[in-house]
Amino acid sequence: MKNSAQDDVRVGVFICDCGSNIAGYLEMKELVEFAKTLPNVAFVQENLYTCSEGGINEIKVAIPRENLNRVVVASCTPRTHEPLFMSACEEAGLNPYLFEMANIRDQCSWVHMREREAGTNRAKVQIAMAVAKAAKLRELNRIQLSLSHRAMVIGGGVAGMSAALALANMGYEVDLVEKRDRLGGILNDLNMILPTHEPPDKLVNNLVGRLQDHPKVAIHTGAVVTKTEGYVGNYVATIQHNDTENKIKCGAVIVAIGAQPLKPEGLYNYDGNKVITHIELESKLKLGDVQAKNISIIQCVGSRSKERTYCSRICCMTAVKNAILFKEASPDTKITIFYRDMQMYGVENEELFRKSKRLGVRYVTYDPDRPPRFDGESVSVYHLRMGRDMIVPTDLLVLSTPLVAQDDASEISTMLKVPINENGFFLEGHVKLKPLDFATDGVYLCGNARFPSTIREAISQGLGAASRAAGVLSKEALFTSGIVADINPDTCCGCLGCVAVCPYGAINFIENRGVCQVNKVLCKGCGGCAATCPSGSARLDGFSNQQIYAQIEQAMAV
Amino acid sequence: MLDVGRHPKINVLAYSEVVDFNGEIGNFNVKVRRKPRYIDASRCTACGACAEKCPTKVPNEFNFGFDDRKAIYKDYAQGIPSVFTIDPDHCKVILGGKCGVCQKVCQAKAVDYEQKESFVDLNVASVIVSTGYELFDATQIPEYGYGRMPNVISSLEMERLLSAGGPTRGHLSRPSVIYGEKRLKELPKLIKKAEKDQKEDQKQILEQEMKRIEEQVHKYHTAKKLAFIQCVGSRDFRFHKYCSNYCCMHSIKEAIIAREHEHETESYIFYMDLRTVGKGFEEYKVRGAEVSGLKYIRGRVAEILQDEEMNPVVYYEDTEKRQVVGMTFDMVILANACSPSKGIRNISELLGLELDENQFVRTSPNNPLDTNVPGIFSCGCAQGPLDIPESVAQASSAAARAAEVVMTEGLPIAV
Repeated sequence: MKNSAQDDVRVGVFICDCGSNIAGYLEMKELVEFAKTLPNVAFVQENLYTCSEGGINEIKVAIPRENLNRVVVASCTPRTHEPLFMSACEEAGLNPYLFEMANIRDQCSWVHMREREAGTNRAKVQIAMAVAKAAKLRELNRIQLSLSHRAMVIGGGVAGMSAALALANMGYEVDLVEKRDRLGGILNDLNMILPTHEPPDKLVNNLVGRLQDHPKVAIHTGAVVTKTEGYVGNYVATIQHNDTENKIKCGAVIVAIGAQPLKPEGLYNYDGNKVITHIELESKLKLGDVQAKNISIIQCVGSRSKERTYCSRICCMTAVKNAILFKEASPDTKITIFYRDMQMYGVENEELFRKSKRLGVRYVTYDPDRPPRFDGESVSVYHLRMGRDMIVPTDLLVLSTPLVAQDDASEISTMLKVPINENGFFLEGHVKLKPLDFATDGVYLCGNARFPSTIREAISQGLGAASRAAGVLSKEALFTSGIVADINPDTCCGCLGCVAVCPYGAINFIENRGVCQVNKVLCKGCGGCAATCPSGSARLDGFSNQQIYAQIEQAMAV
Repeated sequence: MLDVGRHPKINVLAYSEVVDFNGEIGNFNVKVRRKPRYIDASRCTACGACAEKCPTKVPNEFNFGFDDRKAIYKDYAQGIPSVFTIDPDHCKVILGGKCGVCQKVCQAKAVDYEQKESFVDLNVASVIVSTGYELFDATQIPEYGYGRMPNVISSLEMERLLSAGGPTRGHLSRPSVIYGEKRLKELPKLIKKAEKDQKEDQKQILEQEMKRIEEQVHKYHTAKKLAFIQCVGSRDFRFHKYCSNYCCMHSIKEAIIAREHEHETESYIFYMDLRTVGKGFEEYKVRGAEVSGLKYIRGRVAEILQDEEMNPVVYYEDTEKRQVVGMTFDMVILANACSPSKGIRNISELLGLELDENQFVRTSPNNPLDTNVPGIFSCGCAQGPLDIPESVAQASSAAARAAEVVMTEGLPIAV
């Protein structure tokens, strides 16, 4: 063995049988005897189950009795059991980061069930590696930080308003910042909501009224957030309103900036008069300004295409809604919807779809390779079922265009250091499991800023984002992990390589000193920066080069 | 799941049901019946020695009967809580017979055949109903042959076949082959027995069967030509009028994974509308065609028949080519509808919840999490079909509504 014993290091090794999961396939006695021969090992014990109450107790008793200052457990996976063993060390007065684990079950006995001798030898190497690393471990500490229990919501549409109200109802102070001069977002531009059959003002006024009456809510309309500094629990945001600037402190930020309908310039002779979008149609309907008797609606105009690959989720139901409203107001109006797939998912939408058919709305599928054409008088399209062209006289053509990202989405993304996708929608932490979180702690998202959503979904996501933010705001203090990166300012050359790889936005470039610095609160200890740093200035505590080299030496020694 | 299991503030009462309920917002009293596991959960370390030695085999419902489990079991390795359970309908000791093997091998001394059911009383301020859904029973559509033809399977059966931890370790075997292989294991014993009993006729029949199955198993080891049928029980006036929301994406995903497992796999998806409405879904669908060679056919399948080799033959109208076609496949996967769970009636009666005409918990567009009872909220497929991201988002929303109740003295105001 290359490693000579360090005088002051005393490692205790606990080897778990895991019932028969390990003991059934490996020679436990051999492992115990082997571990006793390793440098710095002062004590070795085999347990039937190290994780059982008895096993944990044996660790806690052995630490003071044997004067141990490092603990290694050779057992199952750290994914499930590391926190348990670390807290056992802590309870016995040992810094929990002086603990190391060797996964001789998932990575050895389970894999080598039919190779007793080779498996046992392999487990020996794993134990030797863990002991070698343990000898080089240093005490690490979790830093405790105070935090602000206030939240900021950017965007006063239905998602943002729902989020703000939920947080206020939970007892947190909220700043709701809206760029326009009134709350309500895109709902202000709509005519009617189905299936509730209510004008959107009713919902907007209800929410606005309750926000205005709520003592915990500060509403900033006609205002924009120009700057945010800080990190989870401790943000300072600058809100600009006309010529005045206000600085507020908050612990969490919710991004609810919404989206905007695409203006289909250059498509189907769009002119905003005879050829219009749905949002323009809604304004006309609101004013009672539609006389057309032959209405054609074309779906997927500017979406599900090479240029804009996504389906905008809500345009089919918007088209169906407006078709129903037309038919109810004047049953003689002829309405034809040209579509690719009617995206009427779920219970309510499918019901509306059926209703529109009952009312006589005509549906015609088209092939995206042979889209409908409009000559100013009629829409002609290749009819897939009939196998020939059909011509539909049209005096009003409505284009279902997708929602696209807000113009300032990219600015806000840079400001908060959270990502957007290729279409400018904000990119959640995990598409399935963390739909309302960012990878960065303390910032959350909801509504159309994430992806086009229905009102029902926007309300739900607003409440959900509030609940995610409350997870931070409800804490009395924040703790960093002990396993975090650090950058040596004396050797850092400021190349920004680490900033580019950090998925958590945890590294800042300090311009006046030309160096990068880790924000230990945001750092999740992934080690990306340490692996990238060309000058070796970035290191990950708990995974230092020395510690890893010690492990490698043991792995290569056999 | 792991996070839930480990969270110090979450008390998981699995294998339990609500039996009594009263009170009002801020003060609900709930009685929970904890079914006996016949295992002391505080001792069990889930090492699995008991199941290894248990002599009683039971068809494994988690894998839809494609393989067997033991009478002492755990659905799958990562399950929370990580504890084994004795199935009282099959354990010899519980049924009054002799065995006791698991008790002998359990080094943690966790087996307790005498364990009785127990009751827990809870007082809570708010309740969230997230009881999920059930898979539509496709035997109700006789023309699709599910239940009669082994190689017509449900979407969730497909999920188990594709799973690395599933009955075939992720290999896409035809169910007729799986059943055949099972039978092949039994046959030599039966042949020997016939020989011993000098039943020559029977022996010959069994030997012929063995030969036939061996050929079958050899010829169709892997299912390579797959048909996915959409809207099975959904958008169908005989069953559920609604669209089940997630099945289009689910089928596309299964087809893409099948192709990843076996590069020669050819998949056809029969649909009415391909509803790819979520973030990244449309792109996924397009990639399915471009990269994984999926073929999307607009047309509703009328009938599925079976040829002599147990190959399903799918009859459909190709609405784009305007012709009726019959196509032969190795296997057909049905996209079963999302049906309301049967248990929801009982729960809704106990809690006083209104259900909608489809038997989902009634919520409203402007109050998407609120039920008719103040303080009781609902999320996920209990209130209608939803995909994973929307369910996860809704779960957080329901938690927010519940937190409004728990964290403030006053009643929350509905939206």
